[in-house]
Amino acid sequence: MTDAYIVGVDMIKFGRFPDKTVPQIGAQAALMALDDCGLTIQDMQALYCGNLGQASGMVGQRMLQEIGQTGIPVVNVANACATGATAFREAWASVKAGLYDCVLAVGVEQMGKGLLGGAGAKVGIPKEGLLGSGTMPAVFAEAGMEHARKYGTTFEQFAKVSVKNHHHSTLNPKAMYQIETPLDEVMNAEMISYPNTKLMCSVNVDGSAAAVICSEKKAKELGLMNRAIKVRASVLASDPWQERDLVMPDVNSCTRKAAAEAYEMAGVGPDDINLIELHDCFATAEILHYENLGICKDGEAGRLIDDGEVALGGRIPVNVSGGLLSKGHPLGATGIANIYEVSTHLRGEAGGRQVEGAKIGLTHVIGLGSACAIHVLEKAG
Amino acid sequence: MSDKPLAAVEYLKIPNDGEPYLEGYKCGDCSATFLGERSVCSKCGARDQMSAVTLPNTGKLYSYSIVYRSFPGIEVPYVSAIVDLDDGTAIKGNLINVDPDPDSISFDMPVEVVYADALGRKDADGNAYLSYFFQPAATA
Repeated sequence: MTDAYIVGVDMIKFGRFPDKTVPQIGAQAALMALDDCGLTIQDMQALYCGNLGQASGMVGQRMLQEIGQTGIPVVNVANACATGATAFREAWASVKAGLYDCVLAVGVEQMGKGLLGGAGAKVGIPKEGLLGSGTMPAVFAEAGMEHARKYGTTFEQFAKVSVKNHHHSTLNPKAMYQIETPLDEVMNAEMISYPNTKLMCSVNVDGSAAAVICSEKKAKELGLMNRAIKVRASVLASDPWQERDLVMPDVNSCTRKAAAEAYEMAGVGPDDINLIELHDCFATAEILHYENLGICKDGEAGRLIDDGEVALGGRIPVNVSGGLLSKGHPLGATGIANIYEVSTHLRGEAGGRQVEGAKIGLTHVIGLGSACAIHVLEKAG
Repeated sequence: MSDKPLAAVEYLKIPNDGEPYLEGYKCGDCSATFLGERSVCSKCGARDQMSAVTLPNTGKLYSYSIVYRSFPGIEVPYVSAIVDLDDGTAIKGNLINVDPDPDSISFDMPVEVVYADALGRKDADGNAYLSYFFQPAATA
């Protein structure tokens, strides 16, 4: 099979765009990614479009109605918070399989404000607050408290994740926020679901990101290898059976399974990774994934955040974009936005937040239900 | 409208003559237990090996969150809890009769299942519901 390369990739600055439609928001990133590699919509042989909020709304086709109706096949993808990464992976797979040699992947979302999860009852009575909480801050708080029961992880350690990621975002002009949040401010913010305060919850924003993927032959023909990013691994996993996972969504086993497969496919280990964009939908979640992705031993995640090893300038910087906590989390766009972030560092184009000398990076998203997608990326050449 | 309370969830059983109880389904091949009726085991894939079991009313607190922000009309704070029942079945619900404070809640604290009205919630037809809750187990 051919190798597949990202030749163009970009994202819009995340924000709130109530006056735009979902296809219009997606079209912006699509055009930016095409411009990034100097190609046009006429060069694309297929479109893989990720969106969750209008999953039945033919968003990909409506986006082409904004930027060029070339008649190419369109696949609309929905896979919870792994939606964008899944669309990217489908695009990658079509190139790997030799079906196409130049395709477009787009992730886009327009979010409301407020809590996610815990939908109302269609029959009977509402269960939220009666049988525990199905809200996302509570579900991820419970996952964090499982780590606390095993290893004594503290509220303060969880909060430090948010301090770090908000600091990183001050260096990222495309993040929703560029605001420092000191530890006492994070810990004293409104408690949403202990131990997650408001500043430890990801930001609901609108956004889009897109990538153009080519076969090796096509990328060379087009003279695009100079800034190309090789996709060394693309893995998608669902949740393997765990004893509690039907009442307590298990983000750990799903991530560990995907990580093991991704490292094997890429032929690298956690020590070879120079930066990671992982799914910090809540501060509690990021702590879990240090161990799930193997960048430290089980039980060491608290020390990792205490010692600054995962901060910009540390041993293995995590979420230098600001992460979902501060860059923002437009569900369907997130998976491609973190691929954009890692690609930008591998190209050496990340400005003030550049991870110096970055050669290999990893992206991770997890959607409850559950779906985990991991990509290992490397600068071509 | 029913003259007796209805069950808030399908796996809560209310016999005509006897106490309410929680019902699980256990796989005859791999022994995994699940809340509620099913015919195929999602652990091992065995078909038609499931049989109903009455779940124990005691267990231990596995994990929790104290919820301060919920949807409009939902009273806060409350403790959302994951409990391991004594037979190993995991179940989620509200932990009641405890201060909603991390200092008052400890992992593995023994809890018991109690059955009570579903916080006054009624459906569109005006039916009342019976639900289950966890509370710290009475010390012997």
